[in-house]
Amino acid sequence: MQWETVIGLEIHAQLATKSKIFSGASTAYGAEPNTQACAVDLGLPGVLPVLNQQVLRMAVKFGLAIDAEIAAYSVFARKNYFYPDLPKGYQISQMDDPIVGIGHMDIEVNGETRRVGVTRAHLEEDAGKSLHEDFHGLTGIDLNRAGTPLLEIVSEPDMRSAKEAVAYMRKIHELVQYLDICDGNMQEGSFRCDANVSVRPVVQEEYGTRTELKNINSFKFVEKAINIEVERQIDIIEAGGRIVQETRLYDADKNETRSMRSKEEANDYRYFPDPDLLPVYISDELRSEVKAELPELPQLKRARFIADYKLDAETAGILSSSKELANYFESLVKESACDAKICSNWVTGDLIAALNRQGLQIDQSPVSYQRLARLLQRIADNTISGKIAKQVFEAMWSSEDSADSIIEAQGLKQITDSGAIEALIDQIIADNPGQVEQYLSGKDKVFGFFVGQTMKASQGKANPGEVNKVLKSKLKR
Amino acid sequence: MYTKTIAQLAKGLQAGEYSSLELTQSYLARIKQHHSLNSFITVTEDLAIASAKQADAMLATGNVPLLTGVPIAHKDIFCTQGIKTSCGSKMLDNFIAPYNATVVEKFNAAGAVTLGKLNMDEFAMGSSNETSFYGNVQNPWAANTVPGGSSGGSAAAVAARLIPGATGTDTGGSIRQPAALCGITGLKATYGRVSRYGMIAYASSLDQGGPMTQTAEDAALMLQAMAGFDPKDSTSVDCEVPDYSTGLNNSLVGLKIGLPKEFFDAALNSDMAASIEAAVNEYKKMGAEIIEVSMPNLKLAIPAYYVIAPAECSANLSRMDGVRFGHRCANPANLNDLYIRSRGEGFGAEVKRRILVGTYALSEGYYDAYYIKAQKIRRLISDDFKQALEQVDVIMGPVSPTPAFGIGEKTSDPIEMYLADIYTIAINMAGLPAMSIPAGFIDNKPVGLQIIGNYFAEAKLLNVAHQYQQITDWHQQTPTSFE
Repeated sequence: MQWETVIGLEIHAQLATKSKIFSGASTAYGAEPNTQACAVDLGLPGVLPVLNQQVLRMAVKFGLAIDAEIAAYSVFARKNYFYPDLPKGYQISQMDDPIVGIGHMDIEVNGETRRVGVTRAHLEEDAGKSLHEDFHGLTGIDLNRAGTPLLEIVSEPDMRSAKEAVAYMRKIHELVQYLDICDGNMQEGSFRCDANVSVRPVVQEEYGTRTELKNINSFKFVEKAINIEVERQIDIIEAGGRIVQETRLYDADKNETRSMRSKEEANDYRYFPDPDLLPVYISDELRSEVKAELPELPQLKRARFIADYKLDAETAGILSSSKELANYFESLVKESACDAKICSNWVTGDLIAALNRQGLQIDQSPVSYQRLARLLQRIADNTISGKIAKQVFEAMWSSEDSADSIIEAQGLKQITDSGAIEALIDQIIADNPGQVEQYLSGKDKVFGFFVGQTMKASQGKANPGEVNKVLKSKLKR
Repeated sequence: MYTKTIAQLAKGLQAGEYSSLELTQSYLARIKQHHSLNSFITVTEDLAIASAKQADAMLATGNVPLLTGVPIAHKDIFCTQGIKTSCGSKMLDNFIAPYNATVVEKFNAAGAVTLGKLNMDEFAMGSSNETSFYGNVQNPWAANTVPGGSSGGSAAAVAARLIPGATGTDTGGSIRQPAALCGITGLKATYGRVSRYGMIAYASSLDQGGPMTQTAEDAALMLQAMAGFDPKDSTSVDCEVPDYSTGLNNSLVGLKIGLPKEFFDAALNSDMAASIEAAVNEYKKMGAEIIEVSMPNLKLAIPAYYVIAPAECSANLSRMDGVRFGHRCANPANLNDLYIRSRGEGFGAEVKRRILVGTYALSEGYYDAYYIKAQKIRRLISDDFKQALEQVDVIMGPVSPTPAFGIGEKTSDPIEMYLADIYTIAINMAGLPAMSIPAGFIDNKPVGLQIIGNYFAEAKLLNVAHQYQQITDWHQQTPTSFE
C-alpha cells in the first residue's frame, strides 16, 4: 500500500519582550530559580493580570507578515488544569477569538514551492518549569518562565512529509527573527513545536487518526520524530491495528515516540473568557502603524538579491536567511564597491565558515563588514591575490589589525614587477632542466609545475597573471 | 466618642480635641470588650498604635490627608502586607500577604489607621457570615441572628461602633445585605470604580469594593479614598473621581425615583414592604416624583448569577492548591493526593458546592447551555436597568426580603439562603452602583432601603442617601448592648 503522511504543526514562539505578558517581571533567560517571578506570576491571592501592549504589536506584526486576518476584536480565555508549575490553576490563552486568523506561508522543497495554510496564531502565557532531578524524590518548581509571552502558530494539516514540516518550521523560524519578535533560540526553548501526524492511503480522501508529538525543540528532531512516528503508524495499520488518538513524547536518545496520555485521559480545559482582562480591540491605526514598521520580508529580499546582485537562488537564499546576514552582505557591497558576486562568495564562504567554527552569529563577527571591505579592495586593486587574501583574513579574525597593516607587516604585497618575476623564473628554469625538456617536448601539464614553483619561490606573492605571461615567453616551444 | 462619625472624628483630630492614639486605644478597648461579637479575625494592635502615633505626628504639622488618624478596619478579603489575610477560610489561615491591596494602599495614603481584619463568609460566599472558618458573627441588634454576609464582620463592627468605618466587598449583595441587616450605610460602587487588585477574587466580573459606615456622609469620605483608576486592574475604569462630599446637600426636588414593580410582588414580606413605602414617602415629602418601572428579567437574576459566579470562582480558587501558599495536607502521597486533600481540608462546604457547580457549568457539552445562556440573561438584565434609568434618576427598593434571620435558620437549605440576595444580585449583574441605608426597624431588627443609580453616579446616590439621613435618625441608633 502507498501511504501519504499528513502533518500539521503548532509552533510556540516566545515573544521577545523585556517583561512578561501580564506582569512587569523580567523575561531574561537563565536567572536563579524563582527570582524573576513577581506576585502576579506566582498567582498569589488577589493579583490581577495586565496585558503587555508590546505583545499585541508583535502578534499583529506576525499576522501581517503571513498575510493573515488580524482580528479587530480578540479575547483572552482561561484554560483550566492543575499542575504544580501552573500557578493559577489556569493558563491565560485565547480560544474562540484569537488575535491572528487565517494566513499562509510558502515553502520550497526539492525546488518546488508549496503553500502551507496557517489556521490561526494566538497569544498565551507560558507555564513554569518542574524540575524532577536533584531534589531527592521531590519536585522543584521554577516559576521564572511562568508568564513569558508566547505566540502559538497553528498550521493547517498541509504538509506531506517530514522534510516539508522542517522547511515550514524553518521558514517560520526565519520570519519571527526577521520581525524581531522572537530570538529563535531553540536551546533556551524560545522556539519549539508540537506536531500532529497521521497517515492515510494515497487514494483516501479523509485524514487518518492523528497523534500529537509534544515539545520538539530542534529541526533535526522534528524530522526524526515525524519519520519514526510515521513508520510506527504504518506498521500498526499494516499489521491490522488501529491508531489511537493520543499525545506522544519524542525521546531523542532512543529515537522513539511513546504515549503520554490518550484522548480519554485528556483534560476538559473548560475554556471561558477571562473576566480579569477586557477584550482586545485592534484599531486600524495600530494596524497601519505596525504595517509601516514591517521590514523587507525574506521572500522579497531573496528576489531582490537575485535581481539586483545577479546572485544564484541558493546564494540569495543563504544571504537572506537572516536579516543581520543580509545587512552585512549589502553593507559590504556598498562599502567595498566590489563585485557583488565576490562579496557573496566571501560572506557565504570564508566568513560563514569562520563563524561556524566558533559558533558565532553574524553580529558577533570579529571582522566587521568595513574591515572585510578593505580586504576585498586590496584583491580588486591587485595588491594581493585571492589566495593571500585568505591568509590575511585569518590574521584579521584573530586581531584587530586592518587588512592593510597585516599585508604591510607580513610583506604580503603581490609581486607584479615583471623584472623580479623574471629573475625568479630564470632561476627555476635553470634548476629544473629535466622538466623544461619535458615541457618543450609537448607535455603541457608540466607548465603547472613551473607556476607552482614560481609561486612557492615568491611565497605566494607573485601575481599569477604576470607569472603566466613571463613563463609563456620564457618557455616558448 | 465611639458614636461619632468619621466626619466628626476627622474634624476633632484636626482640631486637636483628641489624638489618634487616644482614639485608636479607645476603639481597641471596645473591640476587646466585645470580643464575643466575633467581628474581627485579626486585631493588629501594635501596628495600629504605631500608625496612630505617626498620624499624630502628621496632624501636628497641619495640612494632612482626609482621613489622617481615623481608625478603620478591612474586610479580610483585602491583602495586607505582613498581616494574615485569610478570606475567612482555613485554606488561607496561614497566609501572610506579601503585598497590599490597592484599596489598602489608598487608605494608608489617606492617613487612616488600620485596627485589623474583619470576619466574613469564606471567600465571600454566603449571606449570613456562617460559612466563615472563624465562626459566625453575631448581629449586634440580636445576638441570635446573623449579621448578613459576606461582609458580616464589617457590618457588625460598624453597627456595634467598634470601628467608625470599614471596607467591604459586594459580589451579589455582600455589602448591602449585611449593611441592611445591621442598620448601617453601605455602598457598592460601579464595577470598575474601586480597584480589585489585592482583593481576593470570588467572581471577578461581579466583585466590587465599597465603604460601610454609619452615614452617607462618611461613605462619601471613604469612597473618596477608595475610588480611582488602578493600572494594576485592567477592569478598573479610567474616569475622573468627583468630589463625593460637595453635592451631599443638593435638593431632591424633582428627583425621579423608580420603583420596580417586580420588587414589590408577593414574595416581599408585608412589614418590609411597609417600611420601604414609608421611606419612599419621606422622599415624596422632599419633592421627589415616584414612577413605577418594570424589569421583566429580574426573576432570572438568581439562576444566572449562580452559574456565572460559581463558574468564575471555580477558576479563581484553583490557585489554592497547597503548592505555593495556604493549607497543605500532611504527608501527601503523591501530587493528586496533595491536591485532593489540601483542597478537601482547606475549603468549607459552601465553597466546595460553588466550585463544583461552576466546574460543571463550564464543562464540555454544558458550557453553551449554562454559561453562555447566563451571560445572555446578564445582558437582558443590564438592558432592563438601562431602560429604567432612562426614565428615572434612581431606583429604590428593599435590600433583603426579611430583616436578620436566626443563626442556623437557613444553613440547611442553600437555595433559601441564595434567595436572601434576590434584590441585590441583579445590580451586580448590571455593574451598577447601589447603596443600602437604614430605614426603620421590624421587631427591633433594622431594615435597609436600597438606592440604585446609573453608572458612576455614586455622588447622586450619596446625595439621595444623605438627604434622607437629614430628616431621619435610623442611622444614629445604636444597639443597646453596645451603648
